Amino acid sequence: MPQIAQLADTWSSQVFWLLVFFGITFFVVGNLMVPKVMSTVAERDGQIAADLAAAKAARDAADEQEEAWRVRENENRAAAQAIVAKAKDEAAAKSEKKLKAAQTRIDKKLADAEARIGDARTEALAEVESVAVEAAQDIVKTLAGVKVTKPVATKAVKEAMANG
Amino acid sequence: MAAEQAKVDPMYQFTIKPLGGSDAWTLGEGFNIAFTNSAMWMLITTVVLFLFVLGGMRRQLVPGRWQMMVETFTGFIDNMLEANIGKAGRKYVPYVFSLFMFILFANLLGLLPLGVVGVHPFTFTSHFTVTGVLAIISFSIVLLVGFWKHGFHFFSLFVPHGTPLPMIPVIAPIEFISFMVRPFSLALRLFVAMMAGHVLLEVLSSFVIDGTNAGVGFGLLVGLPSFILMIGICALELLVAGIQAYVFALLTALYINDAENLH
Repeated sequence: MPQIAQLADTWSSQVFWLLVFFGITFFVVGNLMVPKVMSTVAERDGQIAADLAAAKAARDAADEQEEAWRVRENENRAAAQAIVAKAKDEAAAKSEKKLKAAQTRIDKKLADAEARIGDARTEALAEVESVAVEAAQDIVKTLAGVKVTKPVATKAVKEAMANG
Repeated sequence: MAAEQAKVDPMYQFTIKPLGGSDAWTLGEGFNIAFTNSAMWMLITTVVLFLFVLGGMRRQLVPGRWQMMVETFTGFIDNMLEANIGKAGRKYVPYVFSLFMFILFANLLGLLPLGVVGVHPFTFTSHFTVTGVLAIISFSIVLLVGFWKHGFHFFSLFVPHGTPLPMIPVIAPIEFISFMVRPFSLALRLFVAMMAGHVLLEVLSSFVIDGTNAGVGFGLLVGLPSFILMIGICALELLVAGIQAYVFALLTALYINDAENLH
């Protein structure tokens, strides 16, 4: 077994070179290189975490904006509806006013026309009376030879006409 | 006749040989520090591990395959330490990562079938001088952290929580012994597992060679089944290489946890 047979001759060499090479491994690889490798890993983990956080923040912001847009949109729609309603009301009021004016005008025209018709009828009746009086005078004169005065004839005509 | 018979010594693969006439190199009071095949494979392990981690340092936001692989290993060690020690475990990542990867790469490189191109891999984790040093380093860290953080209160580690007072004189020595055995169990586990696997493969390969040399009948009867078994054992050894590195790192983490979070 060389491990024991050669122990006396080789132990110092084994220990020395192991310390040299394990020392190099420890100080160069373990102490200088490994922390850099691990910091890369940590950096990557940090980056991933930061990216995820940023993505989440962006999504939250988008949600917020959408909510704000929705609120604004609702407000705008309400405002538009109010404007439409107002315009409708105004239009209705205007047309009502116009209709009223027209009605008034028509009523007035009707009243005038009725008044004119009344006048015409009165005039016509008066004419008919006078014609009837003259006719009555003429008839009486012709038939009876009696000269009837105008007031008497008028009175008789009026009586007859009132009796209809 | 002797020349025809291939002599396979299953232990020969563990022999340490100085390379390039460095046998006489000494340090201080005559400590031999010959650059051996063992040291060479430590160097290779270090270089391969360096290149592996270097390939993972491109620091891209979207990692490539190589970077993903390296990050998987660092994440694996990081998670293991966090699960066993907690937040305080992060500062041990460089050490435990180095330990785990060094052992893992040593185990795996030692299994490479480079013999077919004439290079003989040497698994230095099959030497208890090596695993012993690694275990002592881990154990020293446990002691240093324990006494640094808790002072003499660290000795309360030997009195498990809720021990009845009369039992303390019995429990404490047992706990102390189990604590002191830790570096040995740590070192021996890895050393034995690696050595056993390599010896097994070598013995089976000697069956293949000797069986085939003994004739077609023996070759089919002994050599072929042994060869098929070797393939299976190789897969098992790859698993063992990973598991032993993991166990070493995991136990180190658990021991550090004892020191970091006393009770």
